[in-house]
Amino acid sequence: MKRNVLPGLPLSLGITLFYVGLIVVLPLAALVFKAASLGPSEYWAIVSSPRAVASYRVTVLSALVATAFNLVFGLALAWVLVRYRFPGRRIVDAIVDLPFALPTAVAGIALTTLFASNGWFGSLLAPLGIKVAYTPLGIMVAMCFTSLPFIVRTVQPVLEDLDPALEEAAQSLGGSDRTIFLRVILPLLMPALLAGLSLSFARSLGEFGAIIFIAGNQPMETEITALLAFIRLEEYDYQAAAAIASVLLITAFLMLAATNLLQARALRYTARS
Amino acid sequence: MAQSRRKPPRVGDGPIIRRVLIGTTLFFGAILVLAPLIVIAVEAFSQGLKAYAATIAHPDTRHAILMTVATALIAVPVNTAFGLAAAWAITKFDFWGRRALLVVIEIPFSISPIVAGVAYLFVYGLQGLFGPMLEAADVKILFALPGIVLASMFVTAPFVARELIPLMQAQGRDLEEAATSLGASGWRTFFSVTLPNVKWALLYGIVLCNARVMGEFGAVSVVSGNIRGQTNTLPLHIELLYHDYQAAGAFASASILATLAVFTIIAKVALERRGAGRRPALAAAAKDQNAGTSP
Repeated sequence: MKRNVLPGLPLSLGITLFYVGLIVVLPLAALVFKAASLGPSEYWAIVSSPRAVASYRVTVLSALVATAFNLVFGLALAWVLVRYRFPGRRIVDAIVDLPFALPTAVAGIALTTLFASNGWFGSLLAPLGIKVAYTPLGIMVAMCFTSLPFIVRTVQPVLEDLDPALEEAAQSLGGSDRTIFLRVILPLLMPALLAGLSLSFARSLGEFGAIIFIAGNQPMETEITALLAFIRLEEYDYQAAAAIASVLLITAFLMLAATNLLQARALRYTARS
Repeated sequence: MAQSRRKPPRVGDGPIIRRVLIGTTLFFGAILVLAPLIVIAVEAFSQGLKAYAATIAHPDTRHAILMTVATALIAVPVNTAFGLAAAWAITKFDFWGRRALLVVIEIPFSISPIVAGVAYLFVYGLQGLFGPMLEAADVKILFALPGIVLASMFVTAPFVARELIPLMQAQGRDLEEAATSLGASGWRTFFSVTLPNVKWALLYGIVLCNARVMGEFGAVSVVSGNIRGQTNTLPLHIELLYHDYQAAGAFASASILATLAVFTIIAKVALERRGAGRRPALAAAAKDQNAGTSP
């Protein structure tokens, strides 16, 4: 191994560790410490209370539906942006990032106004008996919005770099478009798709700003877990807030681990095929 | 970019499937992404230009704008300095725990902003680690600008580092090693060798970091205390007006942030033309895999 001649390790690493310690690790440790200071039975009573469980259910189910929608829509959008040329394509490509750039509170009030029963879309859906704003459907719409770019942006570069020779080979062997897409293209996209999927799902689980405006926030029905933690805080019930926030934290860490695992596995799978 | 050569039709190039796919995605894209942007503009001016100007000129709105700008002016430079330091340490040296450090830096990206806010409460709040100490010293962190800045820093900590690290990793250490071996000091090497090579990626990270800091809602709403005219940032001010049934005012304030978002996207596209962004390690990894399978 070559001896490193570059200077600045103590300074740069010192700043990095200090900053990460102060800004990221310390607060999370304080939260874990606070949640751990509850006894196991007390902790369990809080995190398994009917209202908390109802909030997990609505959060996870909405996130699943939103992610499933974005899986199809995001893949289609990435495909359209990479494979087809049409007027306005570059603008569409740029606008895909809007959910990342637009503050969540702004997105929240905009979506609520659009989907309220007197809004542009809400008034069209109302005669069909579909209510979006202030129902779980509204939560899903908000989640779809905030997590849309993840799948598009992870799939797009892989789709761009896809070797046309693979498709041509499959075509020359008589594969139909459907077969080629399912057997050749999709497996190659799988690592990126899974990465985008888990990012999108994780973001949906933690989203707050865009959702609270459109959700209606009825306990047991349209109250997401992040909001429940916030409400407990406003009620000065710090222990409950810590316990519920710790559930979100643990979920985030599990999602992080799952993402890495899925990616590693998917990459191995592609290597073998 | 995909090549635009006219070759035998590729999968999905049939006119019907092409039209259906473009049509459907544009339809949903318009509903989900474009319509919110338009409705903000329409609602902001729904009471006329005068009412719009009055909202923007209102002391509470102006104070909220000031708070947001002040937060960004502190949080963005600090996170930029951190991003540069972290990228230098991680990409120019090998040390034990390097990969773990990378993971820790990325943590805020996968954590709910509400969790961040609650966590900060348990550090600086009265019921937290340092709360009683700070109270005794009469230092106000929570429900004041420092708390808002700290929470914003947490949420955006990875933004600059995330853009720099993959790029500096790919660029390697040769140039810096050549510069120092020719007698340049560390700082000189950094400013005249490293920085010019990463300037667009750096700017890209700064632009995204700034947009997120100015728009952060969840984490800030926990630590700010929501005191009108005192600790309200622009996103919190929007919420306040909206729940006060002043929708036009809320949308007028929102239009400022929406404009920022549009400019952020324009800057992003301009920087991507210069090679910033668009480099996910995953794409590169997948590409390697593809290269391995192609004839």
